Amino acid sequence: MHKLNRVKLLLGAPVLALLATCVQTAQAGVLDKVKAHGSVRCGVAGDKPGFSLIDDKGRWTGMDVDLCRAVAAAVLGDADKVEYLTTTAKNRFTALASGEIDILSRAASWTAERIANLGVDFTTVWFYDGQGFMTHAADGIEKLTDLDGATFCLSPGTTSEQNLEDYFGRRGLTYKTVVIEKSPELYAAFQRGRCNAISNDSSGLAARLALMNNPQDYALLPEVISKEPLGAFVAQGDTTWRNIVTWTAYALMTGEELGVTSDNVDQLRTSKTASTDIARLLGTEGTIGQSFGLDNDWAYRALKQVGNYAQIYDRNLGQQTALNIPRGLNRSWKDHGLMYAPPIR
Amino acid sequence: MTAMNQALTLPLAPPRLPWTRRALTWTRSQLFPSAGHSLLTLGVIALLCWCVPAALNWLVFDATFVGEHARDCNPAGACWLPITQRWNLFVYGFYPQAEQWRVTLSFVLAGSAFGLLFFKRLDRRLLLAYLALLPIVMWWLLKGGAGLPEVSSTRFAGMLVTVFLGTAGMIFALPLGILLALGRRSKLPVVRLLCVLYIELVRSVPVISLLFMASLMIQLFLPPGSAFDILLRVQLVLILFTAAYMAETLRGGLQNLPRGQYEAAQALGFGYWKTMGQIILPQVLKQSIAPLLTQFIGLFKETTLVMIVGVLDIVGIAMSTAVTPEWVEYGHEIYVFLAIYFFVICFALSRYARHLEQRMEQSRS
Repeated sequence: MHKLNRVKLLLGAPVLALLATCVQTAQAGVLDKVKAHGSVRCGVAGDKPGFSLIDDKGRWTGMDVDLCRAVAAAVLGDADKVEYLTTTAKNRFTALASGEIDILSRAASWTAERIANLGVDFTTVWFYDGQGFMTHAADGIEKLTDLDGATFCLSPGTTSEQNLEDYFGRRGLTYKTVVIEKSPELYAAFQRGRCNAISNDSSGLAARLALMNNPQDYALLPEVISKEPLGAFVAQGDTTWRNIVTWTAYALMTGEELGVTSDNVDQLRTSKTASTDIARLLGTEGTIGQSFGLDNDWAYRALKQVGNYAQIYDRNLGQQTALNIPRGLNRSWKDHGLMYAPPIR
Repeated sequence: MTAMNQALTLPLAPPRLPWTRRALTWTRSQLFPSAGHSLLTLGVIALLCWCVPAALNWLVFDATFVGEHARDCNPAGACWLPITQRWNLFVYGFYPQAEQWRVTLSFVLAGSAFGLLFFKRLDRRLLLAYLALLPIVMWWLLKGGAGLPEVSSTRFAGMLVTVFLGTAGMIFALPLGILLALGRRSKLPVVRLLCVLYIELVRSVPVISLLFMASLMIQLFLPPGSAFDILLRVQLVLILFTAAYMAETLRGGLQNLPRGQYEAAQALGFGYWKTMGQIILPQVLKQSIAPLLTQFIGLFKETTLVMIVGVLDIVGIAMSTAVTPEWVEYGHEIYVFLAIYFFVICFALSRYARHLEQRMEQSRS
């Protein structure tokens, strides 16, 4: 009897301890967790040129990566305090919901179904994309309906399968699919003629086309059959953290709008003649940063260390890169694009 | 080699002929014994003449080894620049530069375990202690803590992951496999049932689904925030999976052993653990060395599956290299490099298995 009690006690203690940590962590928000951990854990794709990729020196680069870096700069004061976890199309939302990552910055589309069912919250659109098509130039395909009965190369678990079904099904057209998980193999299959067309986010297609050694052999179709607003997701229910990620992105867009770059931010911050909008953004006026649970220099640090949206875009996708994707919808609203950040005041 | 030895020692042993004559006889008896064989030999030689020079030209002579950018590559041959330029990434992953000696040291420790096994005279207990401590020391070296600066395991990638998962997997899977094999033949029904259930369950599920389970499901069962390292989770899966297969291999060995061995041990008054540890297992392990090492080779290759759950092992780094704008056209070279890497390690392991078997045969005769 006595022995049994001791066994119970031995078994009981860890369970209690587990419960205690459970209660404790349930109360602590992501912001506190990030501060305690000393780094932002960022889930990325890892194989999308221009969005998240490893360079020869082992550094992460890309649009998605820079968003995480900006958050790290705003929250922890250092853009390098990011831990990257590669996620796959299958495990990305589970990783976020289970708290394994703090931000999912993986060029994932914002859809009602994901918000409703997956236990995640969307922050803001970081890149407007749409589903496009690439064909073999020799086939002489001019529009999408010419592809009746064709075979398409697709990647699994994405919205592109569904979109294709919708578009072709509605028009009574038939098609076959070849589904390949890894993008190098997907494009290789297309180039070797296993399918008549490849369908993917049109930015990805344009980027890929720019990298091919025989781009004249392929053609992009003019149709874009879906809206793909890409951006970062966070776990559901933590408004503080969601605000921080969302408004860091807005601060970088506002930076472009107001002409604040990583080069002139120091000068503008001390300048007496800078507009009040700039002063509010850089925290010399008002206490917006504090209201978010940070300090007032949050946006200054993000802009200083990572640059504004235009700088980020040019560095990763702009003209001097191999990808050279035109900004299109991703121009600032002042240049007739869709990038429109709410006022920071 | 062995075929040659036999051919030489059997009929020609007494008068030792000059090596030219021996070579001639060997050629005649082994390569051209009959018309059909001669045709086959010539065919193979022709095939080799046709493809070996072309392959060597592409792989070595026309290949580019030195340079920095894709434009330095010679289009006629292979371009190894994606490998040489990213060598550090392939070996150390994202490990901080200043701490890379720790990775090198843990490679050396793992490699010397391999070396130590060659010494016959080494005290067994010393060897076992070394093997048991190796994964713990490796984890401490790589992860840090207790005197060393801590390195997040999100920075682990490349060969570092492959070697760590392979080594630690091999070392932990064997003892667990032994316990499971003994449990399956245990006289206690509960233990037996549990072991049978476990072994059959794991063996009838593909390893990939277990890995998905580790990467997706386990996190959902644990309280939020108590996330434990993805690397350890996949390591655990690899160990549990390999152990189940090893248990079955060892069970074969256990059943093969004559009953007399058990009865003799009982007659001497040995208890269960003493019987197993001193009489049964040494014989079983000796018999099972070849299939066990085959399983280790399998385990080493299975480590590449972790890429699917987002752990960047050497294949993950290679895939990432293959989509990098600069190196996007050199996918073939990257795959060839991976093939060579895995071939070298697995071939070394299989040669080692052969060596052990030969030693065993010698000690038996």
